[in-house]
Amino acid sequence: MKRRFGKGSLRSPLAQVKNLGSARDGTTHFIMQRLTAIALVPLLLWFVYCLATFVTADYHTIVTWIKQPFTTVALILLIFVLFYHAHFGLAEVLEDYFHDSIKKTLAMVSMKFLIISITVMSVVDVLRIALGN
Amino acid sequence: MRPLSPHLQIYKPQLTSIMSILHRLTGVILSLGLLPFVYWLHAIANGEASYQQIQVIFNSTLGIIALIAWSFALFYHLCNGIRHLFWDAGLGLDLKQAYRSGYLVWLSALLLTAGTWLVIFLETCE
Repeated sequence: MKRRFGKGSLRSPLAQVKNLGSARDGTTHFIMQRLTAIALVPLLLWFVYCLATFVTADYHTIVTWIKQPFTTVALILLIFVLFYHAHFGLAEVLEDYFHDSIKKTLAMVSMKFLIISITVMSVVDVLRIALGN
Repeated sequence: MRPLSPHLQIYKPQLTSIMSILHRLTGVILSLGLLPFVYWLHAIANGEASYQQIQVIFNSTLGIIALIAWSFALFYHLCNGIRHLFWDAGLGLDLKQAYRSGYLVWLSALLLTAGTWLVIFLETCE
């Protein structure tokens, strides 16, 4: 049998661990899900606290708050990390419950398109508020 | 062939298994909750009139019930997520500790939800 890995092979040992698992992306999924989870702890606590204190605020107070550079940056970070994390979680659920390969692919692609669309929409909305008059 | 999970019908519900499925369930609910969040941002970007419209929805009885449920789902998923991170680091994996951290997650999630709505209640009283 031809040796595909190890001494004398042109393939790196990395090829042995890449593209495994039901998502075909090995450990990347696992690591990114946890990294986004860690980042979301401070981001979400900050966001929910701000929302709670702004409950009676009028429109201009909210807009002024979003216009502050810190808020703009934190909100955009929150959107990217949160939506990326949601995408990993939803992908895991779809991988588990769709047994038909075509249906699974369709569900996965639709989910990813939707998540990417609402991510871009939200970031554009934050920028419209931050840069608007 | 992937290994089959044990059939849930013949399994006695346990704190650990219920909390595990609730983690996934709250995750899916929170993902659906992203849509109102996007709508909220969009309403602010569209100006004061559209913001007032969405405020009416959020301030309705159904809106407030949804927000309370959403905040609990968020804090549950956040606290239980931290429990999962400890497990990933190989900590707290024995049965006794898993139960203790499970109860701690329920307690923290309830306290954080209550705290959030206390802040909201105090803000509206001022």
